[in-house]
Amino acid sequence: MTALSGTIPVFASLEGAPIALKAWILGMLENMGMPEPFLMLVSIQLSILGFFSVFLLLFVLASWFERKILARIQNRRGPNRVGPAGLLQPIADGIKMLTKEDIVPVAADKVLHACAPVLIILPAFLAMAILPYGKNMTPVELEVGILLFFAVSTATELAVFMAGWASLNKFSMLGAMRAVAQILSYELPLILAATSVVMITGSLSLTAMVEAQGGYLLGILPNWHVFTPWGFAAFAMFFISALAESNRTPFDLPEGESELVAGHMTEYSGFKYALFFISEYLGLYVVCGFAVALFLGGWQAPLPFLTFIPSWIWFFAKILCLVFVAMWIRGTFPRVRVDHLMNFAWKFVIPLGVMVLVSAAVWHLAGRGPLGWILSLPPLLIPYWLMARAYGRNYDAGGRVYRFAE
Amino acid sequence: MGITAKNFIASYTKPESLITEEYPEEKPKLPENNRNFPFLVFDDDPDAGLRCVSCKICERECPPQCIYIVQERDENGRPVKQPKVFDIDISVCMSCQICVEVCPFDAIKMDQEYELSSLDRFDPLIHDRQRLSKSNEYYHSIHPAEAAAVDAVLAEKAARKAGNKKAADNES
Amino acid sequence: MNPPSETGSPSPNPAESPRYRTAGYDSDAQLLEVSLGPQHPSTHGVFRMNVALDGEDVVKLKPVFGYLHRNHEQIAEQVSYLGSMPYTDRLDYFCSLSNNWAYAAAVEKLAGIDVPERAEYIRVITSELTRLVNHTSFLGFMLSDMGAWGTVLMYAFREREKILDLFESLTGSRMMGNYMRFGGCRCDLPPGWLEQARKVVDGYPAFLDEMESLIATNEIVISRTQRIGRLPADKAVNGSMTGPCLRASGVNYDIRKVDRYGIYDRFEFRVPLGDHGDCYDRLMIRFLEMRETLKILRPALRDIPEGPVMDPKARQRNLRPPEGEAYARVEAPKGELGFYLISDASDKPYRYRVRPPSLINLTLLEDLCLGEKIADVMVILGTIDIVLGEVDR
Repeated sequence: MTALSGTIPVFASLEGAPIALKAWILGMLENMGMPEPFLMLVSIQLSILGFFSVFLLLFVLASWFERKILARIQNRRGPNRVGPAGLLQPIADGIKMLTKEDIVPVAADKVLHACAPVLIILPAFLAMAILPYGKNMTPVELEVGILLFFAVSTATELAVFMAGWASLNKFSMLGAMRAVAQILSYELPLILAATSVVMITGSLSLTAMVEAQGGYLLGILPNWHVFTPWGFAAFAMFFISALAESNRTPFDLPEGESELVAGHMTEYSGFKYALFFISEYLGLYVVCGFAVALFLGGWQAPLPFLTFIPSWIWFFAKILCLVFVAMWIRGTFPRVRVDHLMNFAWKFVIPLGVMVLVSAAVWHLAGRGPLGWILSLPPLLIPYWLMARAYGRNYDAGGRVYRFAE
Repeated sequence: MGITAKNFIASYTKPESLITEEYPEEKPKLPENNRNFPFLVFDDDPDAGLRCVSCKICERECPPQCIYIVQERDENGRPVKQPKVFDIDISVCMSCQICVEVCPFDAIKMDQEYELSSLDRFDPLIHDRQRLSKSNEYYHSIHPAEAAAVDAVLAEKAARKAGNKKAADNES
Repeated sequence: MNPPSETGSPSPNPAESPRYRTAGYDSDAQLLEVSLGPQHPSTHGVFRMNVALDGEDVVKLKPVFGYLHRNHEQIAEQVSYLGSMPYTDRLDYFCSLSNNWAYAAAVEKLAGIDVPERAEYIRVITSELTRLVNHTSFLGFMLSDMGAWGTVLMYAFREREKILDLFESLTGSRMMGNYMRFGGCRCDLPPGWLEQARKVVDGYPAFLDEMESLIATNEIVISRTQRIGRLPADKAVNGSMTGPCLRASGVNYDIRKVDRYGIYDRFEFRVPLGDHGDCYDRLMIRFLEMRETLKILRPALRDIPEGPVMDPKARQRNLRPPEGEAYARVEAPKGELGFYLISDASDKPYRYRVRPPSLINLTLLEDLCLGEKIADVMVILGTIDIVLGEVDR
């Protein structure tokens, strides 16, 4: 806390507000003479309730936010009928989803068909447990947090494949196969990018990683990993792979509607479909949250004099910024093709990921000064240039010359 | 991405780049030539003043055959120059304006009313004579220039007719 | 799960049918037969393709059309010559005014009717505007087939709307023009129309630049269109492909230049030709054509003379052309649109036949798609630019 925070008591008290609230409830229960195990249970429940409600609210906001942003990008107005500025639109959508008929294909495997939407939403919630939302605000303090994240996020594809298989629909099956291939190939760059942070921080705990990014260079530039050569490359890789992980455009091949109708979700309707939808947004939040924690300084304020704003506000603000970028990308790019996607992952991102590791090692050894900059850039730039050239040779990207007949 | 960002920002800063018309609140300004479904013009009295003489040219020419006309007969069973039944099935009509073009009496014109949705797909979509009849003033309000030209032509015709009649009277 | 094979006998694995074996595919391969359409998000209406997939590769593709068949030609033989004019709007509903012109030209040829000069100018202006409408919305639809979430489509529609407003104030309807008549046009231009049209035409290059920087240099678009769906020139000619798709394969054939119908010989414009014949060329040819179209529109809007828009001798109702036959064709935005009429001196055509560019271009679909990925099928279908109203008639 800086001196400023003393002058603005509102912010100072907000900083610890969620924790204080929890402590107050627990204290009250303790005064009432509740036994110790029960208190522990309540403590856990309160944390769970906290981030469940926050993230479901965020999901509701996100679907409104996304529609508004896409609409504005496309010169439309977006939802504006339900509630002020269409803010209640997600609720109306939810009611519609809940009241729709739940159709299960006759030939479908009914058990798996019903399990898949439940399974797909679990990993997102599990991964949320280890995100450091603010100072002292990690719901589950895990020494190996990053490992849990990767373990859990891979479980998504099981659910996707279950959905595709159980629907007994060719489009679903194709979509599910694509999803598995895609998630598996982008898991690797995701891990490689995160490993570089692990190398520098020397810890698998997300809290430690965020704390390592505290402080400011020359008093202004925050010490975030994204502002280092290897960190920037790793962040770009992480973000691209994260978009692919969460099936966002331009990597939304599994549900690519112009080819596969809706991919693995083709045969789902009503609330089951809504669950897929929710999991997509929650997944986006989770991967963006990890990107923030790993590379964008987590809950650290971007400028020293802004530290009076509570840390958890920073964290959510950064997540929303990344989500906005994801939506902006969705509003701009067409979908890539499945073989291009694989080529991009295996022939471009993963080799670059290995070079990021080299670069991070150089940075670690050469120190964080100018020498580190000079030495850690070449292992990134040279392979990037070489691969980009090899990749671009297949296309006349510079534009073709056309003949004209009079 | 720059272009989409530019459009995103422009949608907030430049109101004219948001081209959507918010329909129920703001209604589109229709150009004069706009056409939707036909209606029948009457001059003074909605019953007797109907210009239609039930010559059935439009019924014959209508490409999708959506017009149905029965001629009025007086008590002696002689045909009167009035339609008894004049139905247009607007679920069949394709707004092609051919009935307007072929009508020698300028009796049928194109309407601009577009809020025609109904909960039933049969009866409300068949417009009968009563519903189709609209005054010449209404016609003027939707197609001012065209209506003025039509009025001029009709006035000329009436004058010529009156002149012929006068000439015939003089002769006799 | 597999539909019965073509011979009618249910075959558990389509790979066992002799057709696949001769095609050089491993008969052990597990082929997946997918029926894309008729209800599918990106088949541009009710069009169906029976696709056999080996993984993601297309091994066989069978287009199935006719879901939108409306008896257009038979109806036209039952109604008067004038009566089928509004039906021609509904062939290719993006280009109703070009269709009007082609049909009017056929009847004029049959009945020997002349067209006044102002009407000729109006016809050129409206049909070139139609070309802008068609190519603009083509870009939007094609990018949404590629999965661009409608952004390009919305930009395209924003511009298209301006031209549709012009059409509305001229013909009374945004898409179903029903505007041309035998011997001219139905009504004269409303006051102020030419200024409005000039404004739209002057604003178009900026939009085209925006679209080109959004589409033509986009890495993903390039990687998804270049070298995809290549069509060699000889194959295109053999399949009697016309329009921008043919010119993208490098064949110099534009009916505006070949026939010089109407008053096209008065305008200077060039015909862009592609060298590769792939999807990217088909995309870019449309951009270039739009720029050439603007070159026609500017002088046309400047030089349009005063005068009548209808031949006073031409009659619309009870038109009874002398016995004979006539074929007239125009360069519609999608290719050669022709109307073939036989008259038996009655007020209805004895035979009425449309040569629709969409249908004939579509017949090459299988050749273009074989060996490509299933995602490319949509892009290829998008670049052929079909409208089901014209394919099925």
